[in-house]
Amino acid sequence: MAHGPAKGISRWLFTTNHKDIGTMYMWFSFAMFLLGGAFAMVIRAELFQPGMQLVEPEFFNQMTTMHGLVMVFGAIMPAFVGLANWMIPLMIGAPDMALPRMNNWSFWILPFAFLMLASTFFMEGGAPNFGWTFYAPLSTTYAPPSVTFFIFAVHIMGASSIMGSINIIATVLNMRAPGMTLMKMPLFVWTWLITAFLLVAVMPVLAGAVTMMLMDIHFGTSFFDAAGGGDPVLFQHVFWFFGHPEVYIIILPGFGVVSQVIPAFSRKPLFGYSSMVYATASIAFLSFIVWAHHMFTVGMPLAGELYFMYATMLIAVPTGVKVFNWITTMWRGSMTFETPMLFAIAFVILFTMGGFTGLMLGIAPSDIQYHDSYFVVAHFHYTMVAGAIFSLTAGIYYWLPKWTGKMYNETLGKTQFWIAFIGFNLTFFPQHFVGLAGMQRRVPDYALQFADFNMLSSIGAFMFGMSQLMLLFNVINTILAGKRAEKDKVWDGAEGLEWTVPSPAPYHTFSTPPQVK
Amino acid sequence: MATQGSYYVPEQSKLPLFASLGMFLTVFGAAGWINGSESGMTVFFAGALVLASVMWTWFSTVIKENLAGLNNDQLKRSYVWGMGWFIFSEVMFFAAFFGALFYLRQFAVPWLAGEGHSAMTNELLWKGFENEWPLLTTPEQVREGEAAARFIGAHEPMGWAGLPLINTIILLTSSFTVHFAHTALKNANRKMFNIWLGATVALGIAFLILQVEEYVHAYEELGLTLNAGVYGTTFFMLTGFHGAHVTLGTFMLLVMWLRGLKGHFKHDDAFGFEAASWYWHFVDVVWVGLFIFVYILGS
Repeated sequence: MAHGPAKGISRWLFTTNHKDIGTMYMWFSFAMFLLGGAFAMVIRAELFQPGMQLVEPEFFNQMTTMHGLVMVFGAIMPAFVGLANWMIPLMIGAPDMALPRMNNWSFWILPFAFLMLASTFFMEGGAPNFGWTFYAPLSTTYAPPSVTFFIFAVHIMGASSIMGSINIIATVLNMRAPGMTLMKMPLFVWTWLITAFLLVAVMPVLAGAVTMMLMDIHFGTSFFDAAGGGDPVLFQHVFWFFGHPEVYIIILPGFGVVSQVIPAFSRKPLFGYSSMVYATASIAFLSFIVWAHHMFTVGMPLAGELYFMYATMLIAVPTGVKVFNWITTMWRGSMTFETPMLFAIAFVILFTMGGFTGLMLGIAPSDIQYHDSYFVVAHFHYTMVAGAIFSLTAGIYYWLPKWTGKMYNETLGKTQFWIAFIGFNLTFFPQHFVGLAGMQRRVPDYALQFADFNMLSSIGAFMFGMSQLMLLFNVINTILAGKRAEKDKVWDGAEGLEWTVPSPAPYHTFSTPPQVK
Repeated sequence: MATQGSYYVPEQSKLPLFASLGMFLTVFGAAGWINGSESGMTVFFAGALVLASVMWTWFSTVIKENLAGLNNDQLKRSYVWGMGWFIFSEVMFFAAFFGALFYLRQFAVPWLAGEGHSAMTNELLWKGFENEWPLLTTPEQVREGEAAARFIGAHEPMGWAGLPLINTIILLTSSFTVHFAHTALKNANRKMFNIWLGATVALGIAFLILQVEEYVHAYEELGLTLNAGVYGTTFFMLTGFHGAHVTLGTFMLLVMWLRGLKGHFKHDDAFGFEAASWYWHFVDVVWVGLFIFVYILGS
């Protein structure tokens, strides 16, 4: 095991090294991020003005669908798995992931799965056009033939996620260095342990949902067809039983990243560490029992509406605990505002706004007004973009010196932050208003009174898109021409085992486990 | 927790990449095949062949590593965690289909028949449709008549007393036999290990043969088919998915039996066999759930 990386392309194709695999996950997810981003640009270009300008409505539907699918399954989830691969063994003092070959299998399924998904654009009837939530009967009776390829792509993505999560659970539970007790683990490790549990629990349910679709489409069953006694609403229940935990799968690792970054740049330990752990676990538990708040308008019985409303409200409690803990960590800290910290603070502010709009949407009687409007679009982009993407960006800037051994360009990083911050808010803040005023999501045209806000949204979206190219440039520039990071502990306020190894981290670390006091 | 510095991290491996390729070809071919493409079937079988040979090589490699003494106790715990959580994910896979059964039976069908807040649904869309389980007359049958309906209910439900009861006894017995095999192995009694494990495999195969017979009976005599509305839908989804798991479990135990005949496994080192036996117990427990909810309460 005492060897460096292999030469040439085989290093990447056949690797069992958690750092190589983490790197591949990160690059793959960034490629998907650009692809999904390109779809978003098509959407925003079409919506720049009312009326139909650039694309056919049918193609617009494919764009909204594929944008969501690619961003959720191709960009955000693999990016966090990439961070997990890189950082968890370093943070708990393990020589590698518990099951290194399976780790590489989890990764290599993904390029194939997305190749398959992307190939649907060139098939008869075009790519999936039924929205990323693929509700039946749009995705069954009225779906294009390519839906079969979509179904199997989801199946193998699910297999990849499950194997990846099993690996993370086994690593965290079995590979900690002596003395690294559970309640000493960095919060990023904790949030990923809980996320991995959520993934193992709900990815199979998603697989069940698409399997039922497959059976209905091709084998004559009637799960989602009332003519045979089935119910399209059953699809929504199964989907959201997966889908609601899924949104926490997307955000919990982001909580973890921010919980590493904020203490480092506040030069104070994280406030309320154990309450953070318990809050994360509570959010994960609650995520299983609130799914139908996505479905307040389907005609559930009143008791169901009330139960799901109150259960949803409960999530505000542990989430509030987390937000207050981050703020209290900053309180009277000697704070500095390097790029990771800027993204982390923006995360706290903007994610909290996304949380508040979530609370509004969680109130059943008012949700009936907001349902399927741009208010919902604004809400979940505040949680997914300002939540997941901002925390990912914070994590990338925070650990990049450890990965590459070089410092990124701080000025460029801060410039990117401000363009991303302004661009993001310009894109999505107005969408709250047009949504409340009645603009529907997933429609390629809109009434004239929404024109000004939509133009602002589109300008902001192109700004935000450009800021991501700046991130790409900054990362490449760091690798090729960055200044050497002088110290192992790049940030003077950072804590944790990952800062005890050299920068860049050697190919193999902790072959002999460190002793944690 | 960690034993010092001896955790086996394997060298580079071609297996994961080729396993991914095999998986991709399998599902890409399957999708094409189902959609009526001519090359789909060929691609599917080519992919399955790639995947199967990679799996063969992969498991052989892991076994050789263990025989070479590379796996320390900590690594073995990783395998145990891995198998445990894999089984948990399978539980959740079944949960989706059980959930569908409960929802359809408790909510969807009664609502179509006008119960709860759905009186007008029934009045306007499915007039005359009545709530029953097993659902033998589908809403479409009531509205469109036998001739025009795509979903035609079964003449009579699958009873629980015949083949299903025999299969229950077979599967429950096999859970005991595999446990006896485990006990025999722990006592280093190889002869009894081979016998009990062989008996388990035979019971698994018997279960599958009887299930095929049950399906023939359902299709030819009961009119219970995939097209028979939600009763047929849930019946075949749950029992079929379970049957696929029995097939896999039987195959795993068969491999373990052959390995046992080759002299693999020690009384304190038999993870492959133990993992297969946990899987078998899991499949057994799922069957008990099926027997109760699909057969006894479902007919």
